[in-house]
Order: sequence, then C-alpha cells, then structure tokens
Amino acid sequence: MTSYPVLDKKDTRSGFGEGLLEIGKADDRVVALCADLTGSLKMDAFAKAFPERFFQVGIAEANMMGMAAGMTIGGKIPYTGTFANFSTARVYDQVRQSIAYSGKNVKICASHAGLTLGEDGATHQSLEDIGLMKMLPGMAVIVPCDFNQTKQATIAVADHEGPVYLRFGRPKWPVFIPADMPFEIGKAQVLSEGTDVSLFACGHLVWKALQAAAELEKEGISAEVVNVHTIKPLDEEAVLRSVSKTRCAVSCEEHNRYGGLGDSIAQLLARVKPTPQEYVAVNDSFGESGTPDELLTKYGLDTPDVVKAAKRAIARK
Amino acid sequence: MTTIQEAEARQASIQKLRSIASQVRRDIVRMVHAVQSGHPGGSLGCTDFLVALYFHAMRHDPENFTMDGIGEDLFFLSNGHISPVFYSVLARSGYFPVDELKTFRRLNSRLQGHPTTHEGLPGVRVASGSLGQGLSVAVGAALAKKLNGDPTLVYTLHGDGELQEGQIWEAAMAAAAKKVDNLISTIDYNGRQIDGDVDDVMPLGDLRAKWVAFGWDVMEMPGNDMPGVLNGLEEAKRRTGHGKPVMILMRTEMGKGVDFMEGSHKWHGIAPSDEQLNLALKQLPETLGDY
Repeated sequence: MTSYPVLDKKDTRSGFGEGLLEIGKADDRVVALCADLTGSLKMDAFAKAFPERFFQVGIAEANMMGMAAGMTIGGKIPYTGTFANFSTARVYDQVRQSIAYSGKNVKICASHAGLTLGEDGATHQSLEDIGLMKMLPGMAVIVPCDFNQTKQATIAVADHEGPVYLRFGRPKWPVFIPADMPFEIGKAQVLSEGTDVSLFACGHLVWKALQAAAELEKEGISAEVVNVHTIKPLDEEAVLRSVSKTRCAVSCEEHNRYGGLGDSIAQLLARVKPTPQEYVAVNDSFGESGTPDELLTKYGLDTPDVVKAAKRAIARK
Repeated sequence: MTTIQEAEARQASIQKLRSIASQVRRDIVRMVHAVQSGHPGGSLGCTDFLVALYFHAMRHDPENFTMDGIGEDLFFLSNGHISPVFYSVLARSGYFPVDELKTFRRLNSRLQGHPTTHEGLPGVRVASGSLGQGLSVAVGAALAKKLNGDPTLVYTLHGDGELQEGQIWEAAMAAAAKKVDNLISTIDYNGRQIDGDVDDVMPLGDLRAKWVAFGWDVMEMPGNDMPGVLNGLEEAKRRTGHGKPVMILMRTEMGKGVDFMEGSHKWHGIAPSDEQLNLALKQLPETLGDY
C-alpha cells in the first residue's frame, strides 16, 4: 500500500486559520465573522491583518448567520467561525431560511467537531452536524482530514458559489497529506489502492483508516483507502468504482452513524449497487468527557475497530 | 421656508400615494380571497408605510433588479407573512408584472406564501417567514454597504409580536455596537399577534426604552396617516449617519382600510368570504386598475 509518512502533528483548525488568512490576502471580498471564539478557531491572524473585514459578533450565533447572509448581498464572501454544535444545531433555522433557502454564498466553518473535542464533553461534541447540514438543499458539506487539507479546503470554498459547511477539529493530529496534493471539492481521493475492501473515511478517521489498512496488509488483506472529504456532493463515481473492485465497504467517521458519511454511501449503494457495508461511527449516543484517544477507543472509532469492521464486511461478501 | 409651489407639490404627492395605497389594499384583499389563505390584517396595516417607502422614500431601480443592490436603498421584510402587501407594492412599482399577483400562493408561482429568493422573484433579497431573522440580515447588508463605500440605506420592517424572538435582540446589540447608522428599522406597532393582543400573549414592556437601552436612535411615527409617514421617513433619513441605527416605532391599525377587519387580531391570517370581499372592495376605490 501507499505509505504516508507523518509530516507533522497539527490541529486542523490551524489549517483553517492559515487558509483564511491566505484567501483573505488573495480576495478582498472575503470577510470573517466570529462568535467569541477567535482564538479557538485560529482566526486571530485574519482579524489582525484585516480588522475592517473581521466582525466579532459576541456569543450570538443566530445573529452571526443572518449577518453573514446579509453581507453576501453586498457581494462579500463571509466565513463564519464557531464550534460545530453552534454552527449547526443552535442555528439550524437561521442557516435553513436565511442562508440555504435564500441561496446565500456563506462559508460556515465549524471547529471542535466530533468526539475529539475531548474534555468539554457531550454538550460541545457535535455528532449530528453532518446529517443536519447535508439535509439542506444546496449545502455542500466538506470534512477535510488533516491540517494541509483543511487549509486547502478553506481556500477552495471561496470559489465554490453557494453555501458550504466546512467541518474540522481541535486536537493535534498527524499531518500526512502532502501540501501539493491536488484538492477539488466533490472529488474523493484514493489514498491507497486495494482489492479486498474499501475503507471510505472523512476527517480525523482518514488517518485511522490508513493505519487500519497497514494492519490489514500484514494479515494479507488488501484495503483501498478513499478519502471522501466532500460528503455532499458525494463523489458517487469514485465510491462505485472502488466497490466494483472490492465488493464490500466500511465507512469511517467521527459522527453518529445516523445521518453521516456512512448513510450517504449506503444510500448510493442501495440505489445503484447493493454492497455489504459496515459502519465505524458513534452508535447513536452522545459523547462524554475524556481525552480524544480515550474517547475514540471507548466509542469504537480507533484503528482496531476499522480492522474488525473490514473483516466483517469481507465476510459478508 | 416652504413655498406655495412646494406645498402644492407635496399635497399632490400625498394624494398620489393615497391613491396607490387604495389600490394596494384592493390587491391585498383580492389576493387573499382568491386562494382563501394569507395574512390580510398586517398587510393592510402596513400599506401606507410600504407605499411611501417604495413610491417616495427609497432610491431604487425596479426595472433593473440586482441581488447586490449596490447604489440602491434596500428593504428587508422580516415579518414575511405580510407578503400580500409586499408583492402588491413590488408589482405596482415595477419589479414584476402586476398580472402575476393572481398567482399568489398557487402552484409554480414566484409569489410563494412567504417571500423567497428561491423562485427568482425580483425585489426579494432574502427569504423570510420564520420570524426574527430579517434584522440580522439587514445589519449584514448595511455593513457590506459600508465596506463597499456605498452611501445608500437599508430599511427593514418587523412585526411587534416578532420582537419576542431572541435573535432580534442579538441583532439589536450588534447594530449598535458596529455603529450601523445606515439602517432604518421599523416596527409595525399594532399591538396584535395571532393569538391575541401582544400585551396578553407576551407583553413587550416599554419598547421605546428597550431600543434606547440597546443603543438605537428611536422615534415614533403614525403608520396610517400618509403625511405622517412621509414626515417620519424624512426625519428617519435625517437621523442616519450619526453613529446609531434608527428605529421607528410605527403605530398602525391591523386591518386598516376595511372597517370590519379593524380593531381585532382576528384578521391576522384568515381570508374574507365572497360577501366580505365585496364589502371590503366598496371601501377601497380602484385607482390603478385591478390585476
């Protein structure tokens, strides 16, 4: 299999911060809004470089979403920044009516998604956000896998006309995507080719899928690792191409197994090419306090869980 | 100093606006009657204001609608359920053919039950209906105007019952904090909402004091008296550009212009019967030709 050396360990939110600064320099239509989490979202550099284009809105996320929608009317490209829970569940109706239904070009940037938020616990661990956002017509949903890719995605969404949900996280995480690897919204990446099972992953779980593929290889099992960084629009061709070869699938995500990447893939497969599929996802529960590693282990999202799921999927062929 | 000629011109202008308002009120009751659904009460109450805004106060280009609205005054209807008056005023001022009013709330229409950009209706810049969202959007649009160096204004309209939504007060804080002084918001202060009088459902308390405390420049205006509306809008415009957003508390009568619809919350969201339509139309002269 293709090996991906760990280039560094960095948080994906810092990739967002760097990307925002870069796109802010390149395009003066870019504005940023933040609901009292500038440091957590790593938006300080943008705020310092472009104070006139940075809007601190306080702890008022509903208003932030509306303001962002309004700014598009003057031709701006607003990026909103807060935690995933406050970017989605807290403001769902504002996002639905003022942004999605109104077709506004807002980039909803959400940090601290999933269990790996860690010690803050379930109030802040959003495990439902992918499902909520992908149900909104016209909303693109993007979950990059590491620092480099989050930076790329942050820059790329500016050129995507229409609302975007960009999801990333808090912990320091292996950086393994080469900075020059092409990134295209809606185009999944086959990170490692294989023939026995397809591992479809997004976000932090892409790294776990790669590690699982290496474990499986030791046992003579050839796993294909596909980074489905764009959950909507789903790269259906890439998914179907992979399962045509492997004839079974595992979906891996830091999200409730209802409504996430796994469901998008399952729906496609049920419709076009029925295929055995196993889920590596949170099993319809809330999270809790703990370290990111402890939580991934407890909730079944670690490398051994992907390995086991792969074997189950293969056995069902 | 007002010359005699200016006074005469103003009187003629007021007469013209009153005449348009009569036709708009006819449109409202006819539209709602035709599909036996919609919200006539608030629509009738806000007719004079919207006619004054679109036919007198605002700088806008109805025939060449652009979403960005750069160089034009913008209006956001936050209480989207009064879509009948909004659609009539948009059509009568040239945004789309008046004949299209007959498609209101029907299948495949651009005139959805609540206003939306989704079907591409000129004159609408954001969807509204779920209450409390329009002020935030307006604050964003007004800030974008400032970034663009665009000296035009942003107007909004809200129901008084709508002020029970928390997002309104988030936006109120933000508008004052960011010194959004190119914004003129108006409250349709009719004291009524679907379930009854606002004072019974959830009292707003001292509304003027609340907006003042939130850092707004607050004024009052009679909403069903055309000279009063014109004077109020002119006064509001004079107050822009001084560091504070401007709030107009506009006293109106729900159902204004149709006697049996006035004095109650009951016509908030129900349609007149055939007989009631005829009674209403007798009170509202046809001045511009029915659609």
